[in-house]
Amino acid sequence: MNRSMKIFGGILVAVVVVALVGPLISPNDYLQTDFDALLQKPSFEGFHLFGTDDLGRDLFVRTMLGVQVTILVAVVASIVSLVIGVAYGAIAGYAGGRVDAVMMRFVDTLYALPFIFFVILLMVAFERNFLLIFVAIGAINWLDMARIVRGQTLSLREREFVEAARLTGVSPARIVFRHIAPNLFGIVIVYVTLTIPQAILVESFLSFLGLGIQEPQTSLGALVDAGVNQMEGASWVLLIPATLLALILLCFNFLGDAARDYFDARDQR
Amino acid sequence: MSLLKVEGLSIRYGSVVAVDDLGFAIAQGESVGLVGESGSGKSQTALAVLGLLPANAAVTGSIRLAGAEIIGESEAQLNRLRASKVAMVFQDPMQALNPFMTIGAQLGRILLEHRVAAGRDARDQVISMLDRVGLPEAPRQYAAFPHELSGGMRQRAMIASALLAGPDLLIADEPTTALDVTVQAQILDLLEEVREDTSLLLITHDLGIIAGRCERMLVLENGHLVEEGRTRDVFRQPQHEHTAGLLAAALRVDRTDIPEPKEGEEVFAVNGAEVSYRIDGGRTLKAVRNVDLAVRAGETLAVVGESGSGKSSLVRAALGLVPMQAGRVVFCGDTLAPRLKNRSQATRRGLQLVFQDPAGSLNPQMRVANIVAEPLIVHEPQLSTEERKRQVIAMLEKTGLGPEHLRRYPHELSGGQAQRVAIARALILGPKVLVCDEAVAALDGTVREQVLRLLRRIQEETGLAIIFITHDLAVVRAISHRVVVMYLGGLVESAANEALFAAPMHPYTKALLEAVPVPDPDNAGGHTTVSGEAPSVLHPPAGCTFHPRCAHAREVCRAARPEHQELGQTTVSCHLAEELASGRR
Repeated sequence: MNRSMKIFGGILVAVVVVALVGPLISPNDYLQTDFDALLQKPSFEGFHLFGTDDLGRDLFVRTMLGVQVTILVAVVASIVSLVIGVAYGAIAGYAGGRVDAVMMRFVDTLYALPFIFFVILLMVAFERNFLLIFVAIGAINWLDMARIVRGQTLSLREREFVEAARLTGVSPARIVFRHIAPNLFGIVIVYVTLTIPQAILVESFLSFLGLGIQEPQTSLGALVDAGVNQMEGASWVLLIPATLLALILLCFNFLGDAARDYFDARDQR
Repeated sequence: MSLLKVEGLSIRYGSVVAVDDLGFAIAQGESVGLVGESGSGKSQTALAVLGLLPANAAVTGSIRLAGAEIIGESEAQLNRLRASKVAMVFQDPMQALNPFMTIGAQLGRILLEHRVAAGRDARDQVISMLDRVGLPEAPRQYAAFPHELSGGMRQRAMIASALLAGPDLLIADEPTTALDVTVQAQILDLLEEVREDTSLLLITHDLGIIAGRCERMLVLENGHLVEEGRTRDVFRQPQHEHTAGLLAAALRVDRTDIPEPKEGEEVFAVNGAEVSYRIDGGRTLKAVRNVDLAVRAGETLAVVGESGSGKSSLVRAALGLVPMQAGRVVFCGDTLAPRLKNRSQATRRGLQLVFQDPAGSLNPQMRVANIVAEPLIVHEPQLSTEERKRQVIAMLEKTGLGPEHLRRYPHELSGGQAQRVAIARALILGPKVLVCDEAVAALDGTVREQVLRLLRRIQEETGLAIIFITHDLAVVRAISHRVVVMYLGGLVESAANEALFAAPMHPYTKALLEAVPVPDPDNAGGHTTVSGEAPSVLHPPAGCTFHPRCAHAREVCRAARPEHQELGQTTVSCHLAEELASGRR
């Protein structure tokens, strides 16, 4: 663990803990509207720490809920892309030859589709729901993961320690499991910490367009979208979720960089 | 007055001391050798003299070059000094030359920067310098890009660029380490010939080169200067124990204590091996053409050749790691399947390999204990965990490692320790044949000596047959019973150690032996009679592949490929072998 991993990991953990605990201790509810307190400034009055929105809903609770949803969507989507991407990439890379060629041309074909429009079409065609967002984001991200894992597997397969294992008669399954997979771990972890912010951005973008999370549920992207409409009179409605979104993205990015340095150190020489 | 005077030079990176309180001087026209093992601070010293150390290096002390202080000097002033006062020849010219500029353009810029010459005048000077360093057809090479030149030619161009602005001091940092031994001899001869009264600081790990080329020598250990003196005196009577250790560990091709010939049962043989690779554009690269080799129990067979000779391809094919197009592999009387996946577990158990790069051949994510235990897990799954651990510890002990290494990861080991782990992994199943692919090439002199001694001891204890692939003839002399020499994919000569070194039959073998530097100032050798470099394996010459470089070549050599023929105990493939052999007597 290096220092920046501790710092940025610590900030992220703190944000998540507050997002989970905050709504429980707050007297307010994310649905409850208060027509006496529309667009109230942040204050301790009525425990509206982040103020209220144009419907008088408490923004602290809604923002914390937004953080929960955003991180959940991103983490689940990244795990989906991780599982599909690593399995697909490692099989293509280790099998090599024709299998590899066919599998990777399929990935290339998917790459050629304009995915945001594809996702928008999906959203319009089917009823919007949570699951669809995971699927849509995962479907974008696993392509990159598969390519990276395949490339790494190809080069690992030629490494001398793999040759030594083959020569000794170690089975292919054991080679993939004991020799290739652990050496993929570093790059995969790094890539996951970098795909999470990417997934957060896609989700926020979809929500901002009104295609993502549906009211009265919310996410940081949806909150930013709502905030833009109030930006002139009530800047906090935009600034608070936008700042949190930026903070979370930065933390994941720095964490990814730090993780790369950490795992590189072991593979050096 | 001395040209270069270094006093109290210290280089630190944070808390790491690279060079500590170093002081030496070089006089005008002198050639001084700087030796030391890796990490001793040789290259750091060279970079300091050029003012090229990275910004995070803390440098103290004084470096005076022709009266001018280098340390703390401005970049602009240093730029004026470089090339005109001091110039450098790097180990890898491909890294040091700009791949996007022609040789002529980069050399011409040196003249321009230092206001020596410009335009047509500069062009003429560059071409005459290229001519002086022995580049054939200099005007054509002037317009060539670095990748169009061979390794040796590139190093010649590098030397030309270093000498162009007439420096007083030339620093050569391992200038021939990346080159084949015959080319090394050519380049070192050239350096000596063209430098005239330019002083030379020659940095190398090879004591043989120092012995033949330097008047004085400096020995570094861990950033300290431990010995300084006239080369002859230092070799004859080293004052410091580190120097004595280096000299003792230096392998010599003229040593007399060589392994006694062995009479054993033949355990591994390759007959008529052909290996080729399909490369871009549908062409075929013939890496190995019709080579035989055989090794007996308890015997070490060395396979020698320069880069591109096919020595690695040959044994990799024999082990089943790359496909062999034709030929037969026999192990303990059984003909083996060509592909590794079709070979039995018993075969795999009996044939093991140790690689050149000790770090690369160990899984970076596994601990030493698991690396060495893996063959046991695969081949003897019935063993209990304790029994397995006991065997691993016993094996590590045999290779000179203790139980404290069990839980280490490969990056926590030194090069020598990592190679011992690789040897332990290869030997834990008790193989009959061990193939070592340049297994000591990446190690420092003293560590190399220890690893070779370890292999020899294990061989005596277990009757292991070893096939040792190497480009280093001093290693061959020290450990082998018999030797196979390869050139451009073909077998050149196969003989017993004693016979090969005493009376080489093939002109190529002879040239190799002459080109090896010997760490003895009175008899340093390291010169060569052959010209040029080995051509690309993609376009081997017709007839005898060696004929374009051979001093004895005749019509028949250009026309027909020689057959392998037996002369006494030696197999040689040369049309003129008999004639040359009788001429010598």
